[in-house]
Amino acid sequence: MNYQVDEKGYYGVFGGAYIPEMLYPNIKELREKYLEFIEDPKFQEEYVMLLKDYVGRPSPLFLAERLSKKYGAKIYLKREDLNHTGAHKINNTVGQILVAERLGKKRIIAETGAGQHGVATATVCALKGLECIVYMGAVDIERQAPNVARMKMMGATVIPATSGSQTLKDATNEALRDWINHPTDTHYILGSVVGPHPYPDMVARFQSIISEETKWQLQEKTGKSTPDYVLACVGGGSNAMGMFYHFLADEDVKLIAVEAAGKGVDSGESAATTLLGKEGVLHGSRSLVMQTEDGQVVEPYSISAGLDYPGIGPQHAHLFTSRRALYVSITDDEAMLAGMELSKLEGIIPAIETAHALAYLGKMKFKEDDTVVVCLSGRGDKDLDTYMKYFGL
Amino acid sequence: MNRINQLFEQKKESLLSIYFTAGYPDLNSTVDIAEALEKAGADFLEIGIPYSDPLADGPVIQHSSLTAINNGMTIKVLFEQLKELRSRVTIPVLLMGYFNPLLQYGVEHFCSSCKEVGVDGMIIPDLPMYEYEDLYQEYFSMNEISNVFLITPQTSDERIQKIDELSNGFIYLLSSSSTTGKDLNVSDQTENYFSRIKNMQLKNPTMIGFGISDHTSFAKASEYANGAIVGTAFVKILEKDHYMEQIPKFIKELKG
Ligand SMILES: Cc1ncc(COP(=O)(O)O)c(C=O)c1O
Repeated sequence: MNYQVDEKGYYGVFGGAYIPEMLYPNIKELREKYLEFIEDPKFQEEYVMLLKDYVGRPSPLFLAERLSKKYGAKIYLKREDLNHTGAHKINNTVGQILVAERLGKKRIIAETGAGQHGVATATVCALKGLECIVYMGAVDIERQAPNVARMKMMGATVIPATSGSQTLKDATNEALRDWINHPTDTHYILGSVVGPHPYPDMVARFQSIISEETKWQLQEKTGKSTPDYVLACVGGGSNAMGMFYHFLADEDVKLIAVEAAGKGVDSGESAATTLLGKEGVLHGSRSLVMQTEDGQVVEPYSISAGLDYPGIGPQHAHLFTSRRALYVSITDDEAMLAGMELSKLEGIIPAIETAHALAYLGKMKFKEDDTVVVCLSGRGDKDLDTYMKYFGL
Repeated sequence: MNRINQLFEQKKESLLSIYFTAGYPDLNSTVDIAEALEKAGADFLEIGIPYSDPLADGPVIQHSSLTAINNGMTIKVLFEQLKELRSRVTIPVLLMGYFNPLLQYGVEHFCSSCKEVGVDGMIIPDLPMYEYEDLYQEYFSMNEISNVFLITPQTSDERIQKIDELSNGFIYLLSSSSTTGKDLNVSDQTENYFSRIKNMQLKNPTMIGFGISDHTSFAKASEYANGAIVGTAFVKILEKDHYMEQIPKFIKELKG
C-alpha cells in the first residue's frame, strides 16, 4: 500500500490545497519547486551541514534501562530533545529556511503553539538574517512564557492571536491571513504536517531524518534496523510523521500515534482528533477535523499547548483510516505522571507533549524481547511552570 | 439563465452588490436587511454563511461571523430564512461561505437547497478550481447555481482564462491580495491590473471587491468593472444601534 502523497497532493481522500485564490500563487510556486530544491546537491550539502554542526545531529538513540525494566521491553528514546532549541521542530525550520532563501523571500512568518516551532523559526531567521514574525495564541503566550522571551531575544516579533480559543488553531489562522496580506515577499514556515499540499509532504520529508537515523542506530545497537513498536505524540503530527516515515513500508513495525485526550475524550475538553473528528477541511487540507454537526470547528483542549489542535495532518488521517497506524489518546493527568516518571527514572524531563507518548507505554502489553522506540520530541524546560503548578513543586 | 445572468444582461455599469453576514446582528435580521438593501437600491446581495475560521476575513467580518454563530445561525436555519426572503426580495442573491460547513451539509444537497429557496450563486473562497471541476461542478450546473471565482493581482493570465471558462455569472476581482476590511488604495499598479483585466475582454462580467467603502472607491472600481462589492463597510453599519434606518442613506451615498 502507498502511504505517500500522490501527484495531485492527496493521501487517499485526504490532503489537497483548499486555499483562497490569494494564496494560490505562493502555494503553486512552492509545489512546483520544493522537490527540485530539496534534491539539489547544494541544498543537501547545506542542510546536512546545518543539521550536524548547528542542530547537533544525529540525535542519540538512548536505551532507557530503568524505564525498560519497569515496562518489560527494550525501550529506546530517540533524543530529539537534545537538538538545538530543544525539540524536533528545528529539523523542519532548517529545511524551510533554505527553501525560503531559494524562493528569494525576505520575510518569514510562522504560527506556534508550545512556542517550540516559533523558537525554531526565530532561530533560523537569526541565523540567516531574515525578518521573523510569529503568531501565537494569547493563552499560549501565557503558558509558554520562556519561549516567548527566547523568540524575542532572537529578534522575532511575537503577535498574539486573540480570536477563538486563542491557541494554535487561531495562531495558524492569523499566519495564513498575514500571508494573504503579504503575497509576494513572504514565506510561511508552517510547523507541522498540516496545511495545503505541499506542506504536509515537505515537512514530513524534513522530519524524516528522525526515522532515517533511528534505522541505522538500531542496526548498530541491536543488529536489526526495525523495532517492534514506534510511538510518538501527535498534535499536527510532524514528530510522529518523522518517526514513522522510514518504517511505513515495513508493515511489521507497529506504529502508535498518541493524541491528547485533555480532561477525557467524553469531557468536551479534549484534542483527540481521530476519535472526535470527522472528515473536513481545516487550514487548507481535507483531513479529520473536530467540528460540530454544522461544520464549525470546535475549540480543542489539552494541557499541552503543542497538542491543543482540532485537526491532524492529512497523511495521519490516511494512516488512521487505512489502519497502518494505531491512534490512541492520553489524558492530561496520565501525561503529567508520565513526565514525572521519566524525570525520576532516567533523569530526563520531557515536554508535556512528549509525555503523552510515554504515558501510553503503561497501557501496552509487551513481550520481553520487544524493541520499542519512543520519539522524545522535546525537553520540558518550557513546561516547568505547568509542572510546578500541577505537582505543587 | 438565472437572476444573476439576467441582471448583467440588463445592466452593465455601476452595479452595486452588498455583503452581509447571515444572522448578524440578530439571528432573524437576515431577511429584513436584505429587503432594506433592495429597497435602497442594491443590485444584488451576497449573504455570508458564518464560519468559525474565516481565513480570508479581517476582524470586522470575523466578529460578525462569531456573533452570528453564537446567535444560532446554521445553514439549516439560513435556508429556512431564505424561503421567506424570496417573497420579499427579487434581486439576485449569492451565498458566500467557506467550504467546511458546505461539506458537512453535503454539497449536492446544498446546491439543491439553494435552487429550492431561490439562491442564484455561490462564492466559496477556499474551494479550489480543480476540486470544483472534478467533484462538484455538476451539482452547480444541475441547479443553475453560478459559482463565482476570485482573482487577485497575482493571478496569471492563463489562470484567469481558465477561470473565465469555468464561470457562468461573474468574476470577482480582488482589488489587492488581502483579507477583507483593508482600505482600497489605488496605486498605478492597481490601475494597471484593473486595465489588464479589462483588456482581456473576458466573456464573464467582473465585479471589484475588497476595500470598497465609499462613493470614491465605488466610482473608481466601476470605471474598470461592471460594478463593485461592498462588505466590511456595510457590516460596520450593522454594528450600530438603529442600523435599519441608516441603510438607505449608506446606499445612496455609495452610489453618489
Ligand atoms: C516537544 C513537542 N512535541 C510535539 C509537538 C506537537 O507537534 P507535532 O505533532 O507536529 O510533532 C510539539 C509542538 O509544539 C512539541 O513542542
